[in-house]
Amino acid sequence: MPSLTFVSPQGVRREITVSGNSSAMNAARLNGIGGIEAECGGALSCGTCHVYVDEADIEKLPPPSDEEGDMLDLVAAPRKATSRLCCQIELSDEIDSLILHIPETQF
Amino acid sequence: METIVILGAGHAGCQAAFALRENGFRGRVTLVNGEEAAPYQRPPLSKGYMKSGRRDEILLRAETAFADHDIHLVSGVAEEIDRDRQQVRLGTGDALPYDHLILAVGTVNRRVSVPAGDTGVHYLKSLRDADILRGRLPQTRRVAVIGAGFIGLEFAALTAAQGKTVEVVDIGTRVMARATSEEVSDFFRHRHQDAGVRFHLGQGVAEIFRHLGNRATLLTTAGGEIEADLVVAGIGVMPNTELAARAGLAVDNGIVVDTYLSTTDPAISAIGDCAQFPSPHAAAPIRLESVQNANDHAKCVARRLTGDRRPYAAVPWFWSDQGSDKLQIAGLPGEADRQVLRGDPERNRFSVFRFRNGQLASVESVNQPAEHMVARRLIGSRSETLADQASDAAVAAKELLLHLQPGNAHASV
Repeated sequence: MPSLTFVSPQGVRREITVSGNSSAMNAARLNGIGGIEAECGGALSCGTCHVYVDEADIEKLPPPSDEEGDMLDLVAAPRKATSRLCCQIELSDEIDSLILHIPETQF
Repeated sequence: METIVILGAGHAGCQAAFALRENGFRGRVTLVNGEEAAPYQRPPLSKGYMKSGRRDEILLRAETAFADHDIHLVSGVAEEIDRDRQQVRLGTGDALPYDHLILAVGTVNRRVSVPAGDTGVHYLKSLRDADILRGRLPQTRRVAVIGAGFIGLEFAALTAAQGKTVEVVDIGTRVMARATSEEVSDFFRHRHQDAGVRFHLGQGVAEIFRHLGNRATLLTTAGGEIEADLVVAGIGVMPNTELAARAGLAVDNGIVVDTYLSTTDPAISAIGDCAQFPSPHAAAPIRLESVQNANDHAKCVARRLTGDRRPYAAVPWFWSDQGSDKLQIAGLPGEADRQVLRGDPERNRFSVFRFRNGQLASVESVNQPAEHMVARRLIGSRSETLADQASDAAVAAKELLLHLQPGNAHASV
């Protein structure tokens, strides 16, 4: 089961274990992780589940789709090379662990 | 403040509970859930959940998350608010004392009114409703949908895609008349018609004749007949104001709150679908039925109760997934004195920018989420003179943001 660590802008870490296939956004919502708004519920239409994937982990993920890229252009916090929308990060047993940094703002 | 009680564990109530903790509130938080199921998300009921039936995908929070955040989730329905003693009495007889009470009690369905009554008519609001409908779908061949709003059309699209015969009746002369412009309305009607849905617009339901089994015949006010073995109505909801009214709080089209979402009793707030509130985006107080409004109301009240008092000013937005098309609306629908079409309805990607008094009032986007995001910021900035730039197809939506004043680029909640 993949383990997911969310790091708040203040540096507070919270690790959760995800059972079954799920998006990182869904796991964040279920566990009440602050700072992941996910207003649209994972439909790739609001850009409020923005995260920075830890540089050490970025290679574990396939690159963002064009649609995700368009949305990342419009996220509220600065877009970086490691920016992703975590509704598009699908967790599976192939990903053992992932560290995601939460940006200062989603609006 | 020691104890906050929240009535209603839908999007608004649940968000309020977690937002209080996120803001550092250390007192007691009691969240009263009036439904049998653990708190869940409502939008998927007429979309993904109707197809998949997967409950784990629609929970608002994992059941363990409530305890993890020290939120007391209790089952029950409030019978009475005793404002003098500052306590809520539940149907179970238990009394919950509060220092502050948050009403997030939502709405009830408007029911179909025909002489023979609405027995056998299904509604789609709760998880229970959704489960009953899901159970009925396999043996259903002919669906009658009363009401061409978001929920009716989402259900129509879903059942048409399953090969069922689907007919939609609505008193309005166009679909989603209350929420969308004619262009968007026409687009969606054509898309549904292409998928096989038949419309009976501009007519109401005069009578429903029930036959053996689940069969029924709907007689429309225009004299038309619709045969169905499943009748689903989505004709709107009414705010749950009874409890508040009995407690002597002001109610109108919803529980009346001020710009800080406080009711006429400063120890009681009301949020989400049940609250009627003043908005900088509307001339008169409004009541909105949306996830955005529920979440943003919840955060606004949670901030106030933890010492950060700010008026509520969030840009309203809505969405609906119908078949493979995604509709997103930023701002409030209503009259417009100027309208700009961007994109191409023929290619299923376009937005309608609507202006009132020189200001961008609303933007309806079809399969254009990036334009929708831009629209939310533009409306939130309340800046003027965008119509000419918006009419220029060569100007990308993102570039419209460049016209904003510095510091206005991000709409604040």
